[in-house]
Amino acid sequence: MTAADEAPLLVAENVYKHYPVRGGVWGRSVGAIRAVDGVSLAVAPQRTLGLVGESGCGKSTLGRTLMRLETPTRGTVMFEGRDLARARGDELQRLRREIQMVFQDPYSSLNPRMTIGEIVREPLVVHAIGSRTEQARRVLELLGTVGLDASTIDRYPSEFSGGQRQRIGVARALALGPRLVVADEPVSALDVSVRGQVLNLMLRLQRELGLAFIFISHDLSVVAHMCDTVAVMYLGRIVEEAPVEILFARPAHPYTRALLAAIPSLDPRRRTGAVPLEGEVPSPIEALAGCPFAPRCAWVTAACREDVPALEPVETSAHRAACIRRAEVAAAPLPVSGAPPRAPGASP
Amino acid sequence: MSLLEIDALQVGFATEAGLVRAVDGVSLAVERSQTLGLVGESGCGKSVTASSILRLVPSPPGRYLGGAVRFDGADILSMPREALPAIRGRDIAMVFQDPMTALNPVFTIGHQLREVLALRFGLARGAARERSAGMLKAVGIPDAGARLDQYPHELSGGMKQRVMIAMALLCRPRLLIADEPTTALDVTVQAQILHLVRELQRESETAVLFITHDMGVIAEMCDAVAVMYAGRVVERGSVVDVFERPRHPYTKGLLASLPRPGHARKSPLATIEGTVPSLIAPPAGCRFAARCAHRRELDAARARRCVEVDPMLPPAGDHPVACHFPLDAGAPAGNSA
Repeated sequence: MTAADEAPLLVAENVYKHYPVRGGVWGRSVGAIRAVDGVSLAVAPQRTLGLVGESGCGKSTLGRTLMRLETPTRGTVMFEGRDLARARGDELQRLRREIQMVFQDPYSSLNPRMTIGEIVREPLVVHAIGSRTEQARRVLELLGTVGLDASTIDRYPSEFSGGQRQRIGVARALALGPRLVVADEPVSALDVSVRGQVLNLMLRLQRELGLAFIFISHDLSVVAHMCDTVAVMYLGRIVEEAPVEILFARPAHPYTRALLAAIPSLDPRRRTGAVPLEGEVPSPIEALAGCPFAPRCAWVTAACREDVPALEPVETSAHRAACIRRAEVAAAPLPVSGAPPRAPGASP
Repeated sequence: MSLLEIDALQVGFATEAGLVRAVDGVSLAVERSQTLGLVGESGCGKSVTASSILRLVPSPPGRYLGGAVRFDGADILSMPREALPAIRGRDIAMVFQDPMTALNPVFTIGHQLREVLALRFGLARGAARERSAGMLKAVGIPDAGARLDQYPHELSGGMKQRVMIAMALLCRPRLLIADEPTTALDVTVQAQILHLVRELQRESETAVLFITHDMGVIAEMCDAVAVMYAGRVVERGSVVDVFERPRHPYTKGLLASLPRPGHARKSPLATIEGTVPSLIAPPAGCRFAARCAHRRELDAARARRCVEVDPMLPPAGDHPVACHFPLDAGAPAGNSA
C-alpha cells in the first residue's frame, strides 16, 4: 500500500503566512513578507514527508504553521477532519497533543535550569495529564524509549552531548503520545558521527509507535534516507512534490535539479565540478509576475514570465511540479551525484 | 621544502577545569599549489590549528606550548610580532566561517578592500577601487560598482562570504586558509563558492588549506586530506586513498556514517558510539580506543595495547596512520562498496 492509498493524517490547503512589513513614521503596513505563499500538502499516517529548500524558503514557517505555532493568514490545516487553523481553547489543546515538535538546536531548546526529568515531564504538567506518580512513571518509560538511562533523570542538559540532548528533545516530543512529529533540522547541529544515532532513533520510533514525521531539512542526502515523499520549497511555495525515489531519479523542476547537482559527491574520482545555479533567492517581499524561479532558471522561456505556474502532475498524480516544461526537465539526464536512493528493503 | 610545515604543534587553553590541550602534536605540510583538507568533528582542534598558522589564537586563554609553524622556511611562532603583518594578508590569507564577524561593520565594502590594496601594493584610491570592483565581479557579485559603497549588513551571507574571498584573493596570497567557509551557506551558494576557489586556484596556483567537517566538501576540493581526532592527526593521505581505503577506524566510521545515494532508504545508519575524550586529561593510550569498533574485534592482549600505548602518526609515508592495528588495506570503505 502506498502513502496515497491511505486517508491522510494532516491535510493543508492553500495555506498562506504573510508577515506585514511596517515602514514610515506611523509604522503603517507597506508590504508583506510572503513566507508561506499558498501551500497545499498531505501527510499520511506512519509516513515521513520531507520539506526541503534553502534558507528563507519558508520551510520552517510552514512547519510551525502546520502545528499552529503560527496562525495561518489564510487556508485550512485539517488534522483528521478537524481544522487546526481555527481551533480554539480546549479543542486546540487536544489537537496540540497530536502534533509535537523536535527543534534544530539541542543546546538552546532545552532549559539549562531544568533537570532531564522536569524537561520530559513538562508537557504532561502543562496538559494536566496523570497524577504525579503516573507522570513519573511515564518519564522513565520515555527515557527508555529514546535509549537514555533512568539515572539521567536528575541531571542537567549541560552534562550531555549534542546527540544525547537531541534524544531528550525527542523524549519530550513523545510525552503526549503524538501521532505527527514535526522535526525541524533535527540533526543539523550535530556532528556526523552522532547524526546517525538520532536518525536511527527516529526510524525506530516510526516503526514501533507508528509516528508520522514532517522532516524539515536543507540536507538532501539525509532527506533521501529518511523520507517517503518530498516537497521542495522555493520562495514560500512548493515547486515540486514526489515520492523520494522519483524525485531523486526524475526531478521535474529546474530548481530541484539544481539542488541535487549542488550536493557534493562523496567520491573524489567523480567530482561534480559545475556550478548548478547562478544568483541568489530574491526577496520574498515583492510578489513576482510569472514563475518565481524564472530569473535564475536555465530552462526559462518567455512564457515563464507571464503566469505563476501551478503544481501539475508530471507522469503520475503523485509527482507534481510547478513548471511549464516539467515533462522535458524530468526526461533530461542527471548529473553524477544525484543517484536515487533505493526503496526500503530492496535488494542491493 | 614544503610551502607550509606544521611540526609537532601544541596549543593549550587555560580553563577553570585545567589546561585543555586543544592541539596536541599536530604535524602536516601543504605543498605549493596543493589543496590540503583538514577534516574532523567539533572540538578536534582543526580550527585552532588553522588559527595558529597566522598566530591568531587569542592569548590568554590560549598558549602555544610547543612545536613550529614554518612558512617558506621561516618560523611564524618565534617571529617578532612586528614581522607578522607582512605575512598576514600578503603571503597567507584567511577566510572564516562567519563573514559577519570578519568584516568591519562601520566601513563600506569598498573602504575595506581599498585598505587591503593600499597596505599590500601601495595602490592609490582610484586604482584600488577599479581593482576591487574587478575582483567582486570575478567572485560573482552582480553590480560590483554599487556594492563597493554598501556596508556589510546590506549584503546576504553568501555575498559577504564572496567579499571575504575577494579580499583574500586581492592580496594574491601564496596560501589561502579557508576555515569552514561554506558551512553557514546554502548548498547552491556553497557550490558557487567552491567553484570560485577552484577557478582562482587554477589561475594563480595558490595553495589552499581547507578546514571543514564536511566529507563531501573534502572529496570535491582536496588533493590530500588529514583527519583530526581529539587534538591529533590520526590519518593522512591522498584524498582518493583516504576515501577508498581508510586505514584508521575513526576515518572509516566517519565515512560509513554518511547517508549515500544508493543506500537502502530507512535502513539503520552506521554510528560511532560514545563521546570524544576530555582534552584536559586525555587517556594514556589511543584517544579513539574507547569508541573503536575495530578494537573490540582484537584479542585481549592487542586490545590492551590500544588502551595503554599512545599510537604515534609516522612522520613520513604516503598514507600514514596513528593506529596500532590499521585496517586491512583491502577492506572496503564504509558500506558503500
